[in-house]
Amino acid sequence: MQKEMILEQEEIIVKKRSQVKEVWRRFRRNRQAMVGMVMLLILIFAAIFAGVIAPYDPLQQDIINRLQPPSAAHIFGTDELGRDIFSRILYGSRISLTVGLIAVSISSVVGCALGAIAGYYGGVLDNVIMRCADVLMAIPSILLNISIVAALGTGLQNVMIAIGISSVPAYCRIMRASLLSLKDQEFVDASRAAGASDPYIIIHHILPNSLAPLIVQATLKIGGAILSCASMSFIGLGIVPPTPEWGAMLSTGRDFLRDAPHLTAFPGIAIMFAVFAMNLMGDGLRDALDPKLKN
Amino acid sequence: MSKADMKNQTVSGEANGGTILEVRGLKKYFPTKRGLLHAVDDVNFSIEKGKTMGLVGESGCGKSTVGRLLLRLTEATEGEILFYGEDLRKLDKTAMRHARRKIQIVFQDPYASLDGRKSVFESIAEPLKVQKLYPDKKELEEKVYELMATAGLAKRLANSYPHELDGGRRQRVGIARALALNPDFLVLDEPVSALDVSIQAQVLNLMEELQEKFGLTYLFISHDLSVVKHISDTIAVMYLGKIVETAECRDLFSRPLHPYTQALLSAVPIPSIDYHVERIVLEGDVPSPINPEPGCRFAGRCRFCEERCHKEMPELKDMGNGHFVACHLVNG
Repeated sequence: MQKEMILEQEEIIVKKRSQVKEVWRRFRRNRQAMVGMVMLLILIFAAIFAGVIAPYDPLQQDIINRLQPPSAAHIFGTDELGRDIFSRILYGSRISLTVGLIAVSISSVVGCALGAIAGYYGGVLDNVIMRCADVLMAIPSILLNISIVAALGTGLQNVMIAIGISSVPAYCRIMRASLLSLKDQEFVDASRAAGASDPYIIIHHILPNSLAPLIVQATLKIGGAILSCASMSFIGLGIVPPTPEWGAMLSTGRDFLRDAPHLTAFPGIAIMFAVFAMNLMGDGLRDALDPKLKN
Repeated sequence: MSKADMKNQTVSGEANGGTILEVRGLKKYFPTKRGLLHAVDDVNFSIEKGKTMGLVGESGCGKSTVGRLLLRLTEATEGEILFYGEDLRKLDKTAMRHARRKIQIVFQDPYASLDGRKSVFESIAEPLKVQKLYPDKKELEEKVYELMATAGLAKRLANSYPHELDGGRRQRVGIARALALNPDFLVLDEPVSALDVSIQAQVLNLMEELQEKFGLTYLFISHDLSVVKHISDTIAVMYLGKIVETAECRDLFSRPLHPYTQALLSAVPIPSIDYHVERIVLEGDVPSPINPEPGCRFAGRCRFCEERCHKEMPELKDMGNGHFVACHLVNG
């Protein structure tokens, strides 16, 4: 009788929380992470509603008013062809965010998969994959990007693939290193003793435990990917000139650095804003996923 | 239903159980730069259903490797592992996954054997999910709570993480996990060595209760002779990858025959002021298990060593009453 009562009481205390809810609860408590998320939401909002928010057509040239410093009419000023920088940044966020996110997704997914295979199975497979990664790493990334785009043809899509491929080795190495240290852990054996398959173990035990360095790497690389895309645009293999893109704006602005620093400052701030938002969010996510840091 | 399951039913129907696990000529050699490391070298034993076999030996003698070989966490180099008469080493992936339902393991260090990112609930539910035994979420939940109760864990701990629990509770999670699939056979790889002495007793009692309740068979691996004495029906003593002596528990402690066993038993502290035993102190170190010399593994440190001990490997000899010893100098 008494036992039943105790059990009933426990019923009330135990409410199983789902993992996603639990992570979200911890994420919400992290103020920095929330700031990062709000910043990212602002960016996404700007990208989606660029057409509504932008005061000018981003391609509209106005040669008379070229290189204007920030004013009430043009809050970020105008560029060398008299185009409104604020409008261009808004439209540019569409391309820059896409490039950053997609290029990083490509490299992290491919890199992690290859790194996991290399680390888990070892032996010849490990050697083949890692030597290929070394070869990729030995080639300067800009050269690698150029050759990949040259092979695939120009265009935004191929630029993203090229940037993605060139940063695969970094993820590959990170993933392999954490796999090597994790695969001999006893909880992996315990899982195998329960009958878990290799893919199950990698997805449920090894990946979550090696997530921290991967998230840091991925969030840092988003900024790098935006800049790589800019340098590709600069040599004429990426975004074709009139299309607004942060990196491209930055590199054309360099010629006017002395007379009109706002040409480079604002796209630079935009890139910084995006990278900073991602970093804050990434750090928050990393902490939220680690139950040891709970509260 | 797998073959193992079917055989299980016939065997459990018998009154006295019979042999559940038999190991024949089990070998594990690890290749190293300096040669082959003989971790487990031609080990034979069998365990009766419902009994506990203690496997003792000092660290590095290969006792944990034996446990891992049985579950195929490490693949053996040679030999047969007959579980309900079926060689586990010959099973393919699917058959082995089914067989794992009946043979499980509890690890030494519950810190290392639980994933720090999984809650108690998730850790215990994992074997059930992997084996797809409870597709219904509600049923799975009930089963996990039932397992927690069996292992003596309060329900409120379901959402806790391993680092929030003390050693004893953590090991209880490990035990609940091992019991999840309703096994017949458990390898207990030093299940209490990492725990405080006060908690060791609790966990050992739990293991005994569970054995009675579910008719479990244990292979209890430990270096702690007093613990092994307490829980085992039969004991096997290992030295450098070889079993040197096996006997009924009481028989071994009252009549140790192998010089190594004698030395080992003399090292057990006895909490009594008036009790003095002549301590047999072994000279020298354990020799390297890499490319061992022919002859008895213990010869270099044995008090009674003779010339032939360095030349011939002694076989296990039957001394009657289920007592086996591998020594040239013991005559039956």
